[in-house]
Amino acid sequence: MDLGLEVEERDGFAVLSVRGEVDVYTAPRFRERLIELVTEGKHRIIVDLEGVDFLDSTGLGVLVGGLKRLRSHDGDLLLVCTQTRILKVFEITGLTKVFSIYDSVDAAVAGGSGGETSP
Amino acid sequence: MNDAGGAGEAAEVIELEIPARAEFVALARLVVSALAASDSSLADERIDDLKLAVSEACTNAIEAHDAAGSEERVLVRCWAADDALEVCVEDRGEGFDPAQLPDHPPVTDPDRLKFERGLGIPLIRALVDEVEFSSTGHGTSVRLVMRHGGNGA
Repeated sequence: MDLGLEVEERDGFAVLSVRGEVDVYTAPRFRERLIELVTEGKHRIIVDLEGVDFLDSTGLGVLVGGLKRLRSHDGDLLLVCTQTRILKVFEITGLTKVFSIYDSVDAAVAGGSGGETSP
Repeated sequence: MNDAGGAGEAAEVIELEIPARAEFVALARLVVSALAASDSSLADERIDDLKLAVSEACTNAIEAHDAAGSEERVLVRCWAADDALEVCVEDRGEGFDPAQLPDHPPVTDPDRLKFERGLGIPLIRALVDEVEFSSTGHGTSVRLVMRHGGNGA
């Protein structure tokens, strides 16, 4: 099982695109990549979950940990997700109220710099 | 595959033993979701719910073995009951009391971000129609029930 993690720069944000399944096996790599970005001084991060096929509570834990770390640097972590089955995991756990979730990277870039269009 | 009762109409129990290591949780998910799909009594969305619940239960089982230093395998059993698909995940960890799990602070509380863990069991409860935890000092068994036509607990 493979986890894809690609980073690109977009208007002052680091966009981390995640592909594949995020579970107890793959979550450590995801966590390390996020921590690396923060260590490199990237404090405004967009995590794009559109390529994620599966995400469980270990994946949620990585995102909560990332948000916490970034907020301690006055940064932020924004999410991109439109997939119902992935959004459901955030809804059940109440994390839709903790994260700003956008329909696209463009919307996150625009929203993260100003107004929010989160569902 | 075991024949549960020997009688013609007895439910066939599918058993999968996985090494208690993180890389095998995906296999448990795959087997259970393939089995659920072959049953065709559950909608796709409910199969996704069951897959997630199984992932959470297996993750907890593996962490329990890790904490106990156990080399034993985790057992995943599935069977079709009359009106439901049931999955049981059994570990040989040191057990836990589900009633003693801490409540998460409300999402508006900044302390909410302290909780990176402990989301698995609330997820299981929300996803399946019925869940039963049986835990002793020698292991925990989690029984997940997905009823045909159910919509989550």
